[in-house]
Amino acid sequence: MSIDLKQFHQAFFDESYEGLDSMEQSLLALSDEDETDPELINTIFRAAHSIKGGSATLGFGEIASFTHVLETLLDEVREGQRKLTAESIDLLLQSCDALRAMVHCLEQETPIDVNDSKPLLDAFEAMLNDSGQSAVSEPQQKEVQKNLDDSDATVISSAQDAITQTFFSGDDGEQNDDHGEKRWKIVFKPEPQILLTGNEPLRIFRELESMGDLEVHAHTDQVPNFDQITLDECFIHWTLFLTSNVDQDEIKSAFDWVLDECDLDITLSESGDDDTVDTDDNVNTETRLQQDHINLDNRGDEITAEDDYGESASDDLEFVRASASVVAAKVIPEKTTAKKPEPSAAKSTSAKAISESKAIADKKVTAPESAQSSTTSIRVGIDKVDNLINLVGELVITQSMLSELGNNFDLEKLERLSHGLEQLKQNTRELQENVMRIRMLPISFAFNRFPRMIRDLSNKTGKKVDLIMSGEQTELDKTVMEQIGDPLVHLVRNAIDHGLEMPEERRAAGKNETGKIHLNAEHKGGNIVIKISDDGRGMDPEKIRAKAVEKGVIDAEAELSVAEIYDLIFEPGFSTAAEVSDLSGRGVGMDVVRRNIKALGGRIEIDSEVGRGTKIYVHLPLTLAILDGQLVRVGREVYIIPLVAIVESLQIKSELVNRVSGNMVLYRLREDNVPIIPIHKEFNIQADNTALDNALLVVVEGEGCKIGLLVDDLLAQQQVVIKSLETNYKRVDGISGATILGDGSVALILDIPGIITNASRSRRRNVSPRAA
Amino acid sequence: MSNQSQEYLTFLLDGEEFGVDILRVQEIMVWAPVTAIPGTPEYLRGVINLRGVIVPIVDMRQRFNRAPVEYTDTTVVIVLRTSESDSGVVVGIVVDAVSEVYKVDPVNIKKAPDFGNQIDSRFIFGMATVDDKIIILLDAKKLLNVNDLYSVVSHVRPKIGEPIAS
Repeated sequence: MSIDLKQFHQAFFDESYEGLDSMEQSLLALSDEDETDPELINTIFRAAHSIKGGSATLGFGEIASFTHVLETLLDEVREGQRKLTAESIDLLLQSCDALRAMVHCLEQETPIDVNDSKPLLDAFEAMLNDSGQSAVSEPQQKEVQKNLDDSDATVISSAQDAITQTFFSGDDGEQNDDHGEKRWKIVFKPEPQILLTGNEPLRIFRELESMGDLEVHAHTDQVPNFDQITLDECFIHWTLFLTSNVDQDEIKSAFDWVLDECDLDITLSESGDDDTVDTDDNVNTETRLQQDHINLDNRGDEITAEDDYGESASDDLEFVRASASVVAAKVIPEKTTAKKPEPSAAKSTSAKAISESKAIADKKVTAPESAQSSTTSIRVGIDKVDNLINLVGELVITQSMLSELGNNFDLEKLERLSHGLEQLKQNTRELQENVMRIRMLPISFAFNRFPRMIRDLSNKTGKKVDLIMSGEQTELDKTVMEQIGDPLVHLVRNAIDHGLEMPEERRAAGKNETGKIHLNAEHKGGNIVIKISDDGRGMDPEKIRAKAVEKGVIDAEAELSVAEIYDLIFEPGFSTAAEVSDLSGRGVGMDVVRRNIKALGGRIEIDSEVGRGTKIYVHLPLTLAILDGQLVRVGREVYIIPLVAIVESLQIKSELVNRVSGNMVLYRLREDNVPIIPIHKEFNIQADNTALDNALLVVVEGEGCKIGLLVDDLLAQQQVVIKSLETNYKRVDGISGATILGDGSVALILDIPGIITNASRSRRRNVSPRAA
Repeated sequence: MSNQSQEYLTFLLDGEEFGVDILRVQEIMVWAPVTAIPGTPEYLRGVINLRGVIVPIVDMRQRFNRAPVEYTDTTVVIVLRTSESDSGVVVGIVVDAVSEVYKVDPVNIKKAPDFGNQIDSRFIFGMATVDDKIIILLDAKKLLNVNDLYSVVSHVRPKIGEPIAS
């Protein structure tokens, strides 16, 4: 029975991404230092190594072979045989990207586009070959190199590849290059007690696999009946075929540990030798994979014959080979990218391989289909989990104490009961806080991508940039984090592209040639504030204003404060602005940035000084699941107003109320005129008090304007857990969600921006017939 | 007894007996006050908190254009849930009373005649005769479909408050 390796895939993907991230960070750290820190090299090496190990185990040949080359290079660096140049760091960084793309392909279950990694592999090869002491003797190295040289069409240099290659060279005669590879036949008959000495044949096979292409055939004919099986004895023996240019001793070395516990026979088998060894169906996965290869082999001629895509036969074969390894790696289960399934291909696996190859030949393998977004996982520090376990323990103790108390209760125990309940309340609150904390991640997760990005951008633009990050440990909800990444990237890129000047310009302005970008995150009153500041040229409000007038975003006479002018760059119409020397592009996509941040319940502010730089503040809520709310009562209903939206609450003074045009009622709040929206009218419910005099008004802000909500009573302020109405019902105008109050009843959370837009719409509706 | 037969929970509504697939019934609870949602149709009484889940409550009398009545002791809420998964849609329907659980063989289910304007015929799945009673079987899937349950087709005008002779 084979273990379903699929269950480990997600873990591998997660680990790979993580490994690649740490690799990237270490590389960047390396590039900043003059002295090579061996620990950094080790980190990079370890990351590459574990990705290689994992991918080989799971059969992702493309990644394994790619990381193998990477590892060889890194190994030399580690051994001190090679210096890491800026150029090689660049290459390694690019290979991180390439690997990330590959892992992404695997995750999306789309074929890996090997063309991306080929130039990188070439470059690595060149680098390895350049130096005298490089490890070219490494067998796979050569193989990789050969493959690359031989074919321009593809590039898969995986282990499985070579096997197909040998097969095809027999079939077709086009691939008759001599690879200097020998085909070894290894008969491995372990003695039954081999497992007792802690040896594991699978490990040996894996080692062999690293030498070249391995075919494993298991012979299970000696396996006794089930009732006679002893668990710790090995009844299987194997025939292995290794296609590689290693010599006999090297192969033998793999069996070093078991030499005296097995019959081992290593012979050179002739190419074209009988491939099909009697195999049981009951073989391990690897064997089965190999069978797929054989099937493929048998189909070889048909594929070539039916090639109606105008590709040369050899190309096509290359594609088949490429997909063969993909199939062998079981990367593409059940999914058919097939446009035209080959009728001749009976075996589903080979059919898949062929159609895959056609698809590739068709060059129709485009962007990976999205969707399929698998469940995301989250890494939680063990201390957080321990904390939770402690709290749950406490909770259990409290619970048992309470039930004990309830068993034979009399009034004398009342005090203990209230004490117990108090404790329960405490436990629950702590548990809630801790559970919420699990979702919180340090913002460094979002910040980590910036050093790399800035390095790339500064190379590209020729600007010198110094990135300073602070407050990376500030924690933020995972959902918020995922959605804030892209807007932040946009803002940082803008700051470099348009904020910072070229070195000469900076020098002329009397500034340091190297520009500074400062990223800072901090808690501020229940919010997270992310500040992105640069010391570039800043923005000129007058120019923005002129541009906005020209674009028709504002009227020429409009009186705007400086802050309002800066706000203009978030206007959708502004983003298409044609180039103005020093704000060109500033604002491209800025409306999207603002929309994204608003969707998260946050807001964005700009502060800029001409010649001194720009500061952008992004305010975000800590979490999306809980909000601070003000409970208000209207008639018999209780509503919740998000505290962040509230400007102030006041008692209406009738002399400040102005009625304008019909049913519009304005309240004079210092220099502002705030329209009064009676909630009871808006929601068509009964209220205690409909008169404005002395009534309570909650002034809220959203969508850039203020309104006053007329309520009957202000109740408590409390944190509420947001529940969606859409789960079981649908979106309701003016309501953003619901929550459950302490007494178990449901209260609705008001959607302040929604109410404001609604109100202004109905106002317009009321006005227009009058105007007509 | 045939394996094909399904069990139906029946309930009374304005003197008639309706049935729903018992596998769609999550629980039955007594009527408890709800939180009204502004701007929603009259038949959506509001939402309740069912162990942390916000569940909309629909009055079936009003949904089917029957005269609303004062809720009594027998008035219950039947909580229906789509079977697909735990994240299925949940809705509570208010009925006059629950009645029985019947096993009905599919062969005994007849196609329902047109009910005209009184009942939105989308929800009717068939009729069955059990113990000389006629039971109108409702399609729970439709009842749980947000688009069906909360949209009133044009020819069915809600005439709330207008007694319907039955």
